Amino acid sequence: MKIVVCIKQVPDTKGGVKFNPDGTLDRGAMLTIMNPDDKAGLEAALRLKDQYGAEVTVLTMGLPKAEEVLREAMAMGADKGILVTDRVLGGADTWATSTTIAGALRNIDYDLIITGRQAIDGDTAQVGPQISEHLDIPVISYAQDIKIDGEYVIVQRQYEDRYHELKAKMPCLVTALSELNEARYMTPGGIFDAYDKEITVWGRADLKDVDDANLGLKGSPTKIAKASDKVRKGAGEKVTLDPEEAVKYLIGKFEEKHVI
Amino acid sequence: MDFSLSKKHEMARTLFKEFAETEVKPFAQETDETEHFPTEIVKKMQKYGFMGIPVEKEYGGQGCDPLTYTMCVEELSKVCGTTGVIVSAHTSLCADPIQTYGTPEQKEKFLVPLANGTKLGAFGLTEPGAGTDAQGVQTKAVLDGDEWVLNGSKCFITNGKEADIYIVIAYTDIIEDKRGRKQKKFSAFIVEKGTPGFTFGTKEKKMGIRGSATYELIFQDCRIPAANLLGQRGKGFPIAMHTLDGGRIGIAAQALGLAEGALERTIEYTKERKQFGRSIAQQQNTQFQLADMATKVEAAKLLVYKAAMKKAQYMQDHRTSYSVEAAMAKLMAAEVAMEVTTKAVQLFGGYGYIREYDVERMMRDAKITEIYEGTSEVQRMVIAANILK
Repeated sequence: MKIVVCIKQVPDTKGGVKFNPDGTLDRGAMLTIMNPDDKAGLEAALRLKDQYGAEVTVLTMGLPKAEEVLREAMAMGADKGILVTDRVLGGADTWATSTTIAGALRNIDYDLIITGRQAIDGDTAQVGPQISEHLDIPVISYAQDIKIDGEYVIVQRQYEDRYHELKAKMPCLVTALSELNEARYMTPGGIFDAYDKEITVWGRADLKDVDDANLGLKGSPTKIAKASDKVRKGAGEKVTLDPEEAVKYLIGKFEEKHVI
Repeated sequence: MDFSLSKKHEMARTLFKEFAETEVKPFAQETDETEHFPTEIVKKMQKYGFMGIPVEKEYGGQGCDPLTYTMCVEELSKVCGTTGVIVSAHTSLCADPIQTYGTPEQKEKFLVPLANGTKLGAFGLTEPGAGTDAQGVQTKAVLDGDEWVLNGSKCFITNGKEADIYIVIAYTDIIEDKRGRKQKKFSAFIVEKGTPGFTFGTKEKKMGIRGSATYELIFQDCRIPAANLLGQRGKGFPIAMHTLDGGRIGIAAQALGLAEGALERTIEYTKERKQFGRSIAQQQNTQFQLADMATKVEAAKLLVYKAAMKKAQYMQDHRTSYSVEAAMAKLMAAEVAMEVTTKAVQLFGGYGYIREYDVERMMRDAKITEIYEGTSEVQRMVIAANILK
């Protein structure tokens, strides 16, 4: 079985956020980590590898320094790493990102693609499902448990108060929740091995069946008007009222703020 | 000369730091308070290969260099001196001599389980009448057919009773030198827990590193196979000294970690603690103290890392001596650890004296680094002998 895990290097929220003048994140200037949902996806893939035997490839799109997150994944047990990096791919929104990643995935064999549900920098949860659309394969999102049954994958999809058990024929794509598991640590020897291995680096020219009009900042329909660091919320307002008056007060506030 | 760490060493540090913060730190105070050997933490370290970092891969190790191992002990000791010394004694004092002097059969039988962490290791040289003066060793081994028979006892043995495999130094011959003085010739042996005649005495109650198990080892007609002789007969003393050279790098790393841990906590605390309307970090006395502490920690770190690099060279060429570097690293790091942790307690004021605050434990833990695996005085003897030769 061949599993590809799409991972992303994201800003470490402990280290503060920095922006470029155009409102996009200045990724080169920030401390980074492997996106938590992606790490859970990787752990799920590594458990499937432990259980059924599989080749796990990790793929990321980003700056050349995103190589670090691939090395980390390999130090945890992934077999191969692919870095998709090119200046023309920079500033991509979810559409351009998923187009790029799908273009890279068309070059390789896979039975199962795992992505994180969403990245902690963009929080869109769109890229995984979009990749599956581009590749024309089934998608099961919000996985809290993944099992393999022959040619099928059986996934528990999390809902607010329940889960759905879904079965899909591979090849398919699953998006993982960080609650899916507790990811393993790297091992010291794994780190040394990871740095001895070659990482495959692909640029625009290596992407298959993609149109330049759908790539990078130019190919991104989403335009960021303004971005800012987390704004601290005020202390809020505390009122002590009877239930009836409290409801009236709340409705008044909602109307005032045009919520209702 | 490049003082920056390679990317793989940076990543290894990230791993050790994350593991220490997540898996070790939450239990450090309890480990000290209850004096319980942290078995669960050791199991987790085993799972992630921390028990065989500098051991070759073909013998179940991680195949990393001594610097990586040093950083592991350092990061663990930043949060818990007990956990640091468990790894250090196991790796430097037991796995390392078997890797260096063991036969292929001994490596297969003993090094593999030590390196993959399924078995824990320890080392026994010290006796009630023999610490710094090794000639005082009374433990004796006599060859009887194809077995060695051990009699005697060892004291202050780190990982005692918890460990499964012990390197034991005993005298096997007495020779007369040219002047007719009698001299003991030592040999090193591998002894397994559970061997009839091998028992444990009382557990020591210590000032610091209280979760580490420190026991007396007792040998009463303890018979071990002749194949368990490590290295050549009569070469036990150089084996022990070489082993301690490596051990000193581990303890230097432990001391460095304790000093760094205490400094980190003191920086945080002095920024928060307000006196006379401003944080004490804004007072010049505090700033000067912190500057001195940080400078000494950095100096210690350079010596410790240099010793580790020298050891790496030895592992490549089996010629390079790292004895002086190890002695300097341990001397410096241990004294810096004692000074920095003491200053940390002082800067914490009354809170520093309260057990709830880590620096109190760190100051107690630091003291032993000036004593075990060669006191600071022994390190000075090693260094002086080298510069005066």
